[in-house]
Amino acid sequence: MKIGVVTFPGTLDDRDAARAVRLAGAEAVSLWHADANLHKVDAVVLPGGFSYGDYLRCGAIAAQAPVVAEIVKAAAGGLPVLGICNGFQVLVEAHLLPGGLIRNEHQHFICRDQGLRVENVDTAWTNQFELNQEITIPLKNGEGGYIADAETLKRLEGDGLVAFRYIGGNPNGSVNDIAGLRNERGNVVGLMPHPEHAVEPGFGPDTPVAMRSGIDGLKFFTSVLKAVVNA
Amino acid sequence: MSKIIVEVMPKADLLDPQGKAVANALHRQGFERFENVRIGKRIEIHVAGEVTEADKANAAKIAETFLSNGVIEDVVKITVED
Repeated sequence: MKIGVVTFPGTLDDRDAARAVRLAGAEAVSLWHADANLHKVDAVVLPGGFSYGDYLRCGAIAAQAPVVAEIVKAAAGGLPVLGICNGFQVLVEAHLLPGGLIRNEHQHFICRDQGLRVENVDTAWTNQFELNQEITIPLKNGEGGYIADAETLKRLEGDGLVAFRYIGGNPNGSVNDIAGLRNERGNVVGLMPHPEHAVEPGFGPDTPVAMRSGIDGLKFFTSVLKAVVNA
Repeated sequence: MSKIIVEVMPKADLLDPQGKAVANALHRQGFERFENVRIGKRIEIHVAGEVTEADKANAAKIAETFLSNGVIEDVVKITVED
């Protein structure tokens, strides 16, 4: 199984995302922003970072990249796509997910291990979680405040499109504590926290059991393996 | 050189943290009457030759679809400068 990891100019976490893919048991395939070719991958990860230096708006220029046009087309056909942090911003700017992300309410960059509640497990990227499972995933961003107009919010809540909600305090002023979304079909998921940083004992968030032993993020990647096998 | 100038502002009902930080700094400097500050963007597009109707239409289109994000911003003005 092949999972593509996209690199834009300014992407930071592509190597971590590729490592997470390998730890989950799949092959990671590097996808280049300027190459309008998905190289027959079974799923795509848009990793975190600061594509194009966050110029214009976070993710706005990356959303115009040739590879993203291919991802938008393939997502309409059901290709699983995960956007992490800047990747979530790219998904929003590419209109694969609704709403927008603005500067954190408190105006500071925030970096911490963040509690999340998994509120939807009917997606390609969350099917290995229990509904309402509480997980810990590292969060690190300056522009993670999720907003949407009242009508969109009503639809997101009504249709169960909120995939993750912040628990233990809202870190950035996101409306309704929204940390991540899914699309109607469940193949596209985006979130601000970084699951690829919680996939290997010794390098993840602290848990009550041991320091840095948290690997809740690995289930994102094992979920997509299951989704692709079952597709 | 002709220019098309697009001005974009954060939506009025949305918190503008940048503007808020600048307003706070102004208040520290004693400018209490300057209650609020909002910061937007001015984008100058340099056009080869005269600005045509088609250029204006294209600029209006990209102003809405690319230069701004309608969820968080409004295009407040598009002007042509010769």
